[in-house]
Amino acid sequence: MSDSGTTSTVSPFSGTENPAVSVTVENLSKSFGDFVVLKDISFQVQPGEIFVLMGPSGSGKSVLLKHLVGLELPSSGRVLIDKYDASHEETREKIRLALVFQAGALFNSLSVYDNLALYLREHRLADEAGINEKVMRALQILSLENAARKSPSELSGGMKKRVAIARALVMEPQLMLYDEPTSELDPVMGATISEIIATLKDQYRVTSIVVSHDRDLALNIADRVGILMGGKLVHLGPPSELRQPKDPVIADFLQPVIDLKNPRFKKLET
Amino acid sequence: MQQLINVLEGIGSTLQLLLRTLSYTGTLWRQRQRFIEQCYLIGYTTLPIVTILCAFIGGVLALQAGYSMENFGAKQFIGTLVGLSIARELGPVMVAILVAGRVGSAIAAELASMRVYQEVDALETMNIPAARILVLPRLAAIVVMMPVLCMIGDLVGWFGGALTSKFFIGIEPEAYFSALRRFMVFKDVLNGPIKAEVFGFVIVLVCCNIGLNTRGGPREIGASVTRAVVTSLILILVLDFFVTRALT
Repeated sequence: MSDSGTTSTVSPFSGTENPAVSVTVENLSKSFGDFVVLKDISFQVQPGEIFVLMGPSGSGKSVLLKHLVGLELPSSGRVLIDKYDASHEETREKIRLALVFQAGALFNSLSVYDNLALYLREHRLADEAGINEKVMRALQILSLENAARKSPSELSGGMKKRVAIARALVMEPQLMLYDEPTSELDPVMGATISEIIATLKDQYRVTSIVVSHDRDLALNIADRVGILMGGKLVHLGPPSELRQPKDPVIADFLQPVIDLKNPRFKKLET
Repeated sequence: MQQLINVLEGIGSTLQLLLRTLSYTGTLWRQRQRFIEQCYLIGYTTLPIVTILCAFIGGVLALQAGYSMENFGAKQFIGTLVGLSIARELGPVMVAILVAGRVGSAIAAELASMRVYQEVDALETMNIPAARILVLPRLAAIVVMMPVLCMIGDLVGWFGGALTSKFFIGIEPEAYFSALRRFMVFKDVLNGPIKAEVFGFVIVLVCCNIGLNTRGGPREIGASVTRAVVTSLILILVLDFFVTRALT
């Protein structure tokens, strides 16, 4: 999608540049008891790239994403954000990374405005006037100015996702992670969110990793796509390779044919 | 065996949470708005039910004591019995039980739902420790509010006993309070808030820890609340024994 190839993010608030970060996943495996979720995963995401990680439900995408922010610890292998180990708490102090959760994870006891202001207030990054300026700018970027005083419970699904993105944007992240950003949205809102992700990457050159099973999102905005199946990375390449996939399993995942005479769930039974 | 491991894990994680929370004590002044909000929720909104409960405990105690002591010609000592019982034991314990049921359950439910709906994960990714902004203000608020609740509960309980003594047993308030003062020393009054302080601190810490360690969905939120309240009630009674022993 983009050919910026730059290694600096641009602050949406001050225009200052910060180094964009790379992500390196090395031989990552994760088990919960006897259940192996991730098996020897390795890939690298370049600074300023949009990397989309696809895969069927239960393939381990969200678990992998949690490893990137240090919410899960690897059974073996490691994840490096720039040169820092993601499982170390100090990494979150050195690298500004933001995760947009699938359900938004907005703080229900706070208004939309306070949700966005929380990070700035807690880290004392600006005075109230500066916080107001940044929060309103982030809301403006995502066309949410009128929602500032609303409570998260008053928002639609699409607005919640946009508020979650705005909250991440306020952090001026060097790395943005999105967990199923278009799930549970209607097609138009899904396309809108995809446009937002691409725009943020193009304008602010933030490294973005998107976990999704939205084919349109992957084909239209990704620089590269990884496909995870059964805990293994079975494909890694540019989205163009996925328009006519040669692997029948990947083809069936990306372009499933609805076969009423021979439905899949009947095959699953046997 | 597994249950023993679970208990030990619970103790370990609670102590870890305590140490983490105490390491952020210096941030309390910055969080004064949250602290005041928690004081309001823990103290002010609990006060009506504390006064109702303690008034009737004092009343019932006076009634029971009155009927029994009348047989021995000792009903003039009702004030002593009600006063000491409430100050030393019933006041702090009943207030703590009430706080466990009302405040502890609310804390466990709120933090558990924040964990289940990934709000706590969101805080962690923002590098904002949950112990700092969710636990510290609540612990500080209970430390301030619990002795206040206990002392108000004691006073209301004594007056509940006085009213019952006057209208149902025939002891005038002057005689009741004179008997109450005669055998009560300052230490008796002081021990109640000290006990309440210990109970309140443990209740909030345990409920925060159980809430923050919730995994799963809505059913687990309910299970966490039940576990938090039951654990708090057990701890109140166990601690009551040891604190009473230490203070006497």
